[in-house]
Amino acid sequence: MTPPLLSLSALTKAYPGVVANDSVSLEISAGQVHALLGENGAGKSTLVKMIYGLVKPDTGTMQMNGAPFTPSEPRAARAAGVGMVFQHFSLFDAMTVAENIALGMEHAPKLSALSAQITKVSEAYGLPLSPDRIVGDLSAGERQRVEIIRCLLQEPKLLIMDEPTSVLTPQEVGILFKTLRKLSAEGTAILYISHKLEEIRTLCDHATILRLGKVVGECTPRDTTAREMAEMMVGKLLQTPTRAGQTAGDTVLTLTNLTAPAPNAFGMALKDISLELRSGEILGIGGVAGNGQDELLAALSGERPVARGMISYKGTDIGPHGPTLRRKAGLLAAPEERMGHAAAPDMSLTENAMLTGAARMGLDKSGFLDWPAARTFAEAVIAKFDVRTPSAASAARSLSGGNLQKFVIGREVMQAPEVFVVNQPTWGVDASAAADIRQALLDLAKNGAALIVISQDLDELMEISDRFAALNEGRLTPPRPAQGITVEEIGLMMGGAHDMEVAHV
Amino acid sequence: MDLSAINPILFIAGFFVAATPLIFAAIGELVVERTGVLNLGVEGMMIIGAICGFATAVETGSPLLGFAAAAVGGAALSLLFAFLTQVMLANQVASGLALTLFGLGFSALLGQSYVGIKPPRMGDVNFGPLADIPVLGPILLSHDIIVYFGLALVVAVWAVLKYTRIGLTLRAVGENHDAAHALGFKVKRIRTLAIMFGGACAGMGGAYISLIRVPQWTEGMTAGIGWIALALVVFASWRPLRVLAGAYLFGGLVQLQLNLQGAGVAIPVEYLAMSPYVITIIVLVFLSRSRSAAPGSLGRIFHASS
Repeated sequence: MTPPLLSLSALTKAYPGVVANDSVSLEISAGQVHALLGENGAGKSTLVKMIYGLVKPDTGTMQMNGAPFTPSEPRAARAAGVGMVFQHFSLFDAMTVAENIALGMEHAPKLSALSAQITKVSEAYGLPLSPDRIVGDLSAGERQRVEIIRCLLQEPKLLIMDEPTSVLTPQEVGILFKTLRKLSAEGTAILYISHKLEEIRTLCDHATILRLGKVVGECTPRDTTAREMAEMMVGKLLQTPTRAGQTAGDTVLTLTNLTAPAPNAFGMALKDISLELRSGEILGIGGVAGNGQDELLAALSGERPVARGMISYKGTDIGPHGPTLRRKAGLLAAPEERMGHAAAPDMSLTENAMLTGAARMGLDKSGFLDWPAARTFAEAVIAKFDVRTPSAASAARSLSGGNLQKFVIGREVMQAPEVFVVNQPTWGVDASAAADIRQALLDLAKNGAALIVISQDLDELMEISDRFAALNEGRLTPPRPAQGITVEEIGLMMGGAHDMEVAHV
Repeated sequence: MDLSAINPILFIAGFFVAATPLIFAAIGELVVERTGVLNLGVEGMMIIGAICGFATAVETGSPLLGFAAAAVGGAALSLLFAFLTQVMLANQVASGLALTLFGLGFSALLGQSYVGIKPPRMGDVNFGPLADIPVLGPILLSHDIIVYFGLALVVAVWAVLKYTRIGLTLRAVGENHDAAHALGFKVKRIRTLAIMFGGACAGMGGAYISLIRVPQWTEGMTAGIGWIALALVVFASWRPLRVLAGAYLFGGLVQLQLNLQGAGVAIPVEYLAMSPYVITIIVLVFLSRSRSAAPGSLGRIFHASS
């Protein structure tokens, strides 16, 4: 029997206060699509960073084709045939596709020759991409292609993909999977990191599951249910959010031809968005990132006020009102980016609670701040939403992503909004915390609030929405009942013709 | 007022001399900023270069050695900035301002015994018969070697940034340092080298003032050229050839106001003296209005986490 392409044995890496990887072993053979599963903080990223030479293991060994493999830097890993596509793209916005690809290569040919190669590879693998475009203008799916082609040009033996589908439409996922299958058939091994279980079941031959830095199980995804894998990941039984059959009440929020210019060169203008939102219902809004989600949230929260007559809240025209007036009236919002947008990273949780809670919770009295009340409020949020933190005096920055997300969502939910707009409520949050947050949103609707949930996660939207609409190029499709909608229909609503075509091979 | 006293040929030739200190300082800072570092210590590095160059030239009798010493002095001071910002991860704005204040004070200390001395003169490049071409000869071909070196430096920086792998790497580090790090580039090393290049350039720019343009040593003689260089880089949208154009505009205006003063124009001297600064900034603001292309990571501290 030939040795596996890559074998890791007993890799351990500790950071101050946390063991990121504890004696992790796994084997990948040529042509295998190997899934690495685990919640946030399970140690997936640290593990692949060790393979890619970004992090050195404390103990343990790696072997490639039977020979010791100790990459001291990414360059060495690339030379040995390891390619990596990052979750957060490591691309340079102001440069062209070809320049970006040249930067990732050891011996880049002249740009003109490279452009020809890029075109060739992109056609061979069904990933249409033009080498001369500026990366800043590309969609998320196209950016990912830049990364993939950058790896493919070096003819890797092992391709590491870190959460590749989190930013793609279903159709783009289809294109990607075709490419990956083709690669695997040619003998390239793929290490595929994800927590989307259905994808892993469709794509992967083998899965290794990590929890708290340790390997807790292996399985063949095709023969295992998603639920079993999820429970291995989390280590406990999962609660599925429950919802009561809900009848929608009166209309509370009406958007009439909401139009707003793009805030900057990389932003998206909102075009003619109209909808009616009733109390007690959840409207899910899907769409590929960058199609107007942030702009819609900003228009609704009051960050970027809009013209008169476009937004009516309980009969009042609030278009030109800023966030504080809207908050006082009961229209609350939680943006996607928690560090720096939803929360001020270097301020304490108490201070952060004051920032959005002041208007509605009466935390300021004729201009003076009532800190004891703010602390009580912050502590209530921490207790109710199980935010793991030493105290309310901790800086927001010191919390893990999932914990901070629970805090910023909880902070708004506890203010008993009448309309609540939230963007990516469970982005980067582990499965059990995500279930808690969704349950909180459902409870809010049950108590008569109207919700707009903007998300990239279609499963999430299907789970909690009463109606579904999609943003595409700043336009909103007419909402339709979420019950019984198919993935293909969603894809069409989301994408229109957004890069759906596969190049002919 | 007697405008006929202005000799147009000498006047235009003077552009080059007036612009050269600015060209050096600005092209160095441009490279530094292209790697994502904002060094506000240009003025300090220039004045250190001015005194290092002056002292060395006086002691050795060789202006060229003086320029070399100025480059070394400027680079040495910039290393302090590199240590603070790249190793200690200190705030770049505060560190840069400190560098300027330190440079101004330290140069005054170094220069105490050099006040009132004349430095050795630097000869002009001999172009032979070419220099006798009417008009063009005296304007273009009657300068010292440093003027031509400055021009060549700008063109070299432009070509390196545009056409070479080194330039691409440099821009990548400035555009997105996290991504550059993920690709395995040594962000701190590249930035430190760029900072030293910027220091050396600023030092030579300073020495051009003390050795050729003035030429003598007085405290604080760089008189804000370092700050103009900083503004020039921004308003030139981080493009070398625009920096060159902006520097000549500024040089021309300086020359003009000096000539107008000499001709006894009835405008208070203070207005004339400030006009080059004001006009240069206004023109550049209008030029750069269309789009700003600041490097994505400019001024941000890079910390390679995990």
